[in-house]
Amino acid sequence: MRHIISMLLENEPGALSRVIGLFSQRNFNIETLNVAPTDDPTLSRLTVTTNGDERIIEQITKHLNRLIDVVKLVDLTEGAHIERELMLVKVKAQGSARDEVKRTADIFRAQIVDVTPSVYTVQITGDANKMDAFLQAVTPLGVLEVARTGVSGIARGDKVLSI
Amino acid sequence: MLARFLKDEGVEYIYGYPGGAALHIYDALFRQDDVKHILVRHEQAATHMADGYARASGKPGVVLVTSGPGATNAVTGIATAYMDSIPMVVLCGQVASHLIGEDAFQETDIVGVTRPIVKHSFSIRHPSDIPTVLKKAFYIASSGRPGPVVVDIPKDMTAPTERYEYVYPRKVKLRSYNPVSRGHTGQIRKAVELIMSARRPVIFAGGGVITGRASEALTALAHRLNLPVITSLMGLGAFPQNDPQSLGWPGMHGSYESNMAMHNSDLVLGVGVRFDDRVTNNVTRFCPDARIVHIDVDPSSISKTVQADVPIVGAADNVLNEMLNQIGQRTEAQEPLDEWWETINAWRDERRGKLYEPAAAGEPLKPQQVVEAVHRVTHGDAYVVTDVGQHQMFAAQYYKFNQPNRWISSSGLGTMGFGLPAAMGIKLNYPDEHVVLFTGEGSFQMMMQELSTCKQFGIPVKIVNLNNASLGMVRQWQDLNYKSRHAHSYMESLPDFEKLIEAYGFKAITVRTAEELEPALEEAFRSRDELVFLDIHVDPREHVYPMQVPQGAMCDMLLSKTERT
Repeated sequence: MRHIISMLLENEPGALSRVIGLFSQRNFNIETLNVAPTDDPTLSRLTVTTNGDERIIEQITKHLNRLIDVVKLVDLTEGAHIERELMLVKVKAQGSARDEVKRTADIFRAQIVDVTPSVYTVQITGDANKMDAFLQAVTPLGVLEVARTGVSGIARGDKVLSI
Repeated sequence: MLARFLKDEGVEYIYGYPGGAALHIYDALFRQDDVKHILVRHEQAATHMADGYARASGKPGVVLVTSGPGATNAVTGIATAYMDSIPMVVLCGQVASHLIGEDAFQETDIVGVTRPIVKHSFSIRHPSDIPTVLKKAFYIASSGRPGPVVVDIPKDMTAPTERYEYVYPRKVKLRSYNPVSRGHTGQIRKAVELIMSARRPVIFAGGGVITGRASEALTALAHRLNLPVITSLMGLGAFPQNDPQSLGWPGMHGSYESNMAMHNSDLVLGVGVRFDDRVTNNVTRFCPDARIVHIDVDPSSISKTVQADVPIVGAADNVLNEMLNQIGQRTEAQEPLDEWWETINAWRDERRGKLYEPAAAGEPLKPQQVVEAVHRVTHGDAYVVTDVGQHQMFAAQYYKFNQPNRWISSSGLGTMGFGLPAAMGIKLNYPDEHVVLFTGEGSFQMMMQELSTCKQFGIPVKIVNLNNASLGMVRQWQDLNYKSRHAHSYMESLPDFEKLIEAYGFKAITVRTAEELEPALEEAFRSRDELVFLDIHVDPREHVYPMQVPQGAMCDMLLSKTERT
């Protein structure tokens, strides 16, 4: 099953490589990875999506917790949560396709953020399924380049991940 | 500042080898007398010396090496300590900060290289951080589930021209590191209920009992409930082997009765063990009837290979004492174990006197009888260090351990060459004790340059070289699985060990027959301040038995060249 694990990480050099190294070292798999500083400059937030049965996910969270640089960790998929990803896509936009890209973008509530005579750059946010669906829809029109941020997420309600 | 910290931290010995990036530190060590430095002949030996000391004392061993090759030579020793959860602090010199990343002379990203084999690592980024970072390193290395910590120290961080105020940090706090000590009372209650109602329970105790200084609590619990006790190889000595409740150690070459008892048990109380593959054999066929209670200070060890029914995260000592406490308050009686003990004793009787055949007159010595003889001569209370291979298994099988911290062996990583330096680290710190190294001519030749260190610092270990002129364990596998095709498992061109040892100014005795054995041992162990090397020629055809059958259950064993379960 797919899990979204989010953690607060010491904002130290080498901290990220410890997390990533753990996954390769123990033969766990990373599907997406997203990391950025938080409101507390000493902490980064790292979110990883991974696949595995309960036993593997338990091992992943235990081994992550064992890393000294991991301050706190939550498996977002254990409860209600919000999941978002941002994607930028360059799509061919010439002739009749130009209108079609615009229409499709509107349907997905995506925005066209850059325009040239032959290319539209579309920005879209949402969960991973929405990204996939949009890509599927515009692929016949000619996708030139895709940049995805990887999943970020947060628990619904009053629950917070903080120290 | 670094030297002062080591003194204040109570470090007596450090083991190391100098080089460009570490020279400021070496100069500071030169100008003080409190911390004594032992100059090894290869950095790997420094890590094993520190490791041996740590295993015997429970305190972190300290290593000092230079950047680049100095640090990479230490890698095997760091991995060895990591696999067996041994506390160690490795101080690595590094090229000056402004050169990092430029492929400077003797530059290696040692933090990167060692990342998967350390508990944690640090890079010093300001000289004034040295005391705090080192304090953190010592704290992390020795608390919770111990392990090696690497501290990378760029040369400019120790420049003598820069001076900073030094205060010894008595305590450090790490917001993301708080090892658990007390176990969950509710879980402990569940565990106690399972143990009291089990008909065929066993205790399976590991290195965590020794590290966690929980031998006393374990022994008390075992006696209180009359439980059979099996210790892992790392746990040898955690429970006295002369106690009738001791069944020895299990696994690949474990005792018949321990493998049989564990396989047929209905409850395994695992304490400070990690159920590794050398014990469980095929994990899907592991202990089919047993519920598993697993106590460990490291949550990631629990349910890693064998799923625990009752996991308890906590320090062994605390948890076992809480169990005793709860048992004292219970009114329900324990399930009787008489029948279980009858079964176990029947297994013991089955193999009694059949473990190996001592050499007939005129035949080469059996390695097993050498270990038994050394046990007699040292009255079973020596520090016993081993290398890796057949001799290691024979030593574990035939030397009986009644106290913790006396069995010193690279179990997890299986590092050949570990023995000599580890024995040296112990002898240096316990000069009045007998420190015996069981080794083989294969392992010994991996670290024999350290005889020179023994000479320089006067480290009189006793070396028992079980010389079968072949890599015995490899040869055994080739006999069993490769139709005796001995691909590179023989040792041609062995040195004349007597001459070699004498070249360093030590005494060597060659033993070829049973008649020569006892007098040679008497002579070797007469004094505690003389290094003696016993080159004992043993039967190269001998195999280690029992031996678990690959992919079988714990109880599937070869018992000799002709018998199997």
